[in-house]
Amino acid sequence: MATGHFKEGIAGGRLSSEQYADNFSDLHPPLDHHEALVESDRCYFCYDAPCMNACPTSIDIPLFIRQISTGNPLGSAKTIFDQNILGGMCARVCPTETLCEEVCVREVAEGKPVQIGRLQRYATDVAMSEDRQFYARAEPTGKSVAVVGAGPAGLAAAHRLARHGHDVTILEARPKAGGLNEYGIAAYKSVDNFAQAEVDYVTAIGGIDIQNGKALGRDYQLSDLIRNYDAVFLGMGLGGVNALRTDGEGSDGVTNAVEFIAELRQASDLSGLPVGRRVVVIGGGMTAIDAAVQSKLLGAEEVTICYRRGQAHMNASGFEQDLAAANGVTIRHWLQPKRVIAENGKVSAIELEYTAMDGDKLAGTGERLTLAADQVFKAIGQSFVPAALNGSGAEIELEGGRIKVDAEGRTSLAKVWAGGDCIFGGDDLTVSAVAQGRDAAESINRALTSNGRA
Amino acid sequence: MADIRNNFVGIKSPNPFWLASAPPTDKAYNVIRAFQAGWGGVVWKTLGEEGPPVVNVNGPRYGAIWGADRRLLGLNNIELITDRELQTNLREIKQVKQDWPDRAVVVSLMVPCVEESWKAILPVVEETGADGIELNFGCPHGMSERGMGSAVGQVPEYIEMVVRWCKANTRMPVITKLTPNITDIRKPARAAHAGGTDAVSLINTINSITGVDLDSFAPQPTIDGKGSHGGYCGPAVKPIAMNMVAEIARDAETRGLPISGIGGITTWRDAAEFMALGAGNVQVCTAAMTYGFKIVQEMIAGLENWMDEKGHASLADIVGRATPNVTDWQYLNLNYVAKAHIDQDACIKCGRCHIACEDTSHQAITAMVDGVRHFEVIEAECVGCNLCVNVCPVEGCITMEPLAVGAMDERTGKPVSPVYANWTTHPNNPMAKAAAE
Repeated sequence: MATGHFKEGIAGGRLSSEQYADNFSDLHPPLDHHEALVESDRCYFCYDAPCMNACPTSIDIPLFIRQISTGNPLGSAKTIFDQNILGGMCARVCPTETLCEEVCVREVAEGKPVQIGRLQRYATDVAMSEDRQFYARAEPTGKSVAVVGAGPAGLAAAHRLARHGHDVTILEARPKAGGLNEYGIAAYKSVDNFAQAEVDYVTAIGGIDIQNGKALGRDYQLSDLIRNYDAVFLGMGLGGVNALRTDGEGSDGVTNAVEFIAELRQASDLSGLPVGRRVVVIGGGMTAIDAAVQSKLLGAEEVTICYRRGQAHMNASGFEQDLAAANGVTIRHWLQPKRVIAENGKVSAIELEYTAMDGDKLAGTGERLTLAADQVFKAIGQSFVPAALNGSGAEIELEGGRIKVDAEGRTSLAKVWAGGDCIFGGDDLTVSAVAQGRDAAESINRALTSNGRA
Repeated sequence: MADIRNNFVGIKSPNPFWLASAPPTDKAYNVIRAFQAGWGGVVWKTLGEEGPPVVNVNGPRYGAIWGADRRLLGLNNIELITDRELQTNLREIKQVKQDWPDRAVVVSLMVPCVEESWKAILPVVEETGADGIELNFGCPHGMSERGMGSAVGQVPEYIEMVVRWCKANTRMPVITKLTPNITDIRKPARAAHAGGTDAVSLINTINSITGVDLDSFAPQPTIDGKGSHGGYCGPAVKPIAMNMVAEIARDAETRGLPISGIGGITTWRDAAEFMALGAGNVQVCTAAMTYGFKIVQEMIAGLENWMDEKGHASLADIVGRATPNVTDWQYLNLNYVAKAHIDQDACIKCGRCHIACEDTSHQAITAMVDGVRHFEVIEAECVGCNLCVNVCPVEGCITMEPLAVGAMDERTGKPVSPVYANWTTHPNNPMAKAAAE
């Protein structure tokens, strides 16, 4: 009977404990002091810097890097937090290669951008390790705001509202705050329980009460919030996972990638986390990569990502694709799932069909391929579940299946703002959720302080 | 292959690269390593008079400033002249010269400003077989407080007097090393010339404090909480040194006086620039102290390659070639018009040219054209100041392009005049000399 790495089926304990620790250590180890100085020296302090314009939260990147280079990491951290209070997590999880670093003039000049993400982590780590708080609450306004969801959007909104002197109550369905920072994201991008440390850092400003285990639509209704608070911010993210819509999808061993990732993030002992010997991941985004790479790191022998379009269409960045390849994940394109094959109710293989563009439409070619698999992860996107909003008394307007907001984050309902993945036009980035939460908070503050009522 | 053999006031060396009088030339061990590496000559670290040697501080002797990536740009030191026994130095000098007859061995000297002291040391140095002496009238720290070094170099009369003593008491060529810590370098150079010096060498180091420790509020380098000004050298002083070399090279009284150029020389190019301004050879210290003696290999090969490429057969072909082009501001051609030009293919769009021009100069570079990030010179505003060239991180991306005679200067609305015209005849000059006079 095969053991360890070659155990058949979905099993844990495939590796030694040292291997688990090594596999899930920091993807990008922090820059030390010397490295940070050398790297910060490379910044040209551009005028109207492209990096800054590419940042969804508009962090003044040249300024914070200059502050590192002049031996002022705390000042640097404040520059970052002024725009993005979750700058620590964004430094770890932002796809900088498609944001700030992609447009760095040194990327243009020499193909080697300034390592903005790692410098941002350096500065924010200094401030957070010293528990240095830069913001004090304004005089209490007597206004109260309910925030639904303690993810990046909700936390950013809450912090900004608390700064303005409003009392904030965050209602979070899960047992812990942090949203996808806590339950999503590959473990090697957020080691040492950083998500919780950041929640503590953000809420240390005071005036933010997080209530866990409170789910919208189950434990309370939107109408309750509208009635009991001066304003409401919706940042509950996406509750649904898109289905494969294939035969056999209900078989044992077919799992939502986001659930696998959440389980992994919460696991106290990774060796106890079972994973298949042969894993197939369906999808082409960051979640597919995170699930595939982590399956490999848990000891799966074969991991294959199957994506129904070509390499250029993948939502996962080039860096993420390279990361997967470097970890031994095979990425196959132009394949769509047709049937999950099960034996005794358990997945044994997946049958896929080759695809091609037929004009501007994707179509199956009829040719099929079967891949042996004892575990299949679905990572073909998440969807907004509007059902929880029912009972609001008034229908909240949706667009593209998500909440419709204006430029300030206002929904169609008075007193209700929204941001993060649950709104239409979001790009599924932590940093964008932070920007939307922050900006909605400013809008709420303007509404609460100018007219007295939203 | 270009001939880079050097003959400086009769002192011959296989190349024009000497190590300056400084820590790298304090003893035979270092000097032999330098000769093995290929240095053409050394000026042995300054000897003092017979007797108990000077003492140095036992804490930091050097301070520095750095550029990007901690590249050393400027060094300062508070080390004094040699702290070894005179006889030890003399013995080593003699041996080294015997062992390395093709290399230049010049001995730097600093003794009290009385004739007996100079009369006493000159014969013992001469006995070593050294090729010449260099009078240290430059060190700005420590010894100057005792009436030597720059304390002499700052008084032209003393310079002339001491040079005269030396010329009268030795057959060796005398090189007078000048301090830059004066207002007009021509005065001490003229004095040395009047005293009969064979050459001058310059610059010695510049009074400086390289930093202040903001915890202890002590200047750096810090000795037990206190600091003293040191002598500043390295790449940062090169422009100052080159100007002083040129001033002496083009001065009517000292024109033709051999000059050994010193000050921040780090590469063959630096050396070639000094020589073009009138230096007959060069002396190097900080670059060797930063990178080791091996750098001379780059200097030798670089100078030879450049001379070959340009068809310069020997050093005589380049020494002083730039001197006639150094002039006074008032003689610069005011009818010469240049405009900055940005090579759009080379531009990496950092925008530094724009913000430098916009904030601090003439508002002559765009940031945005038709809604697109684009940096381009507005010729109607450009005064040709060159600031954009200097702040651009990409070499050769922005260039100054002269307007041809007859071309329209969009800033003034006038065509470029073919006539040379300078301030001395300019109508705005109240002191203008009428052309007819």
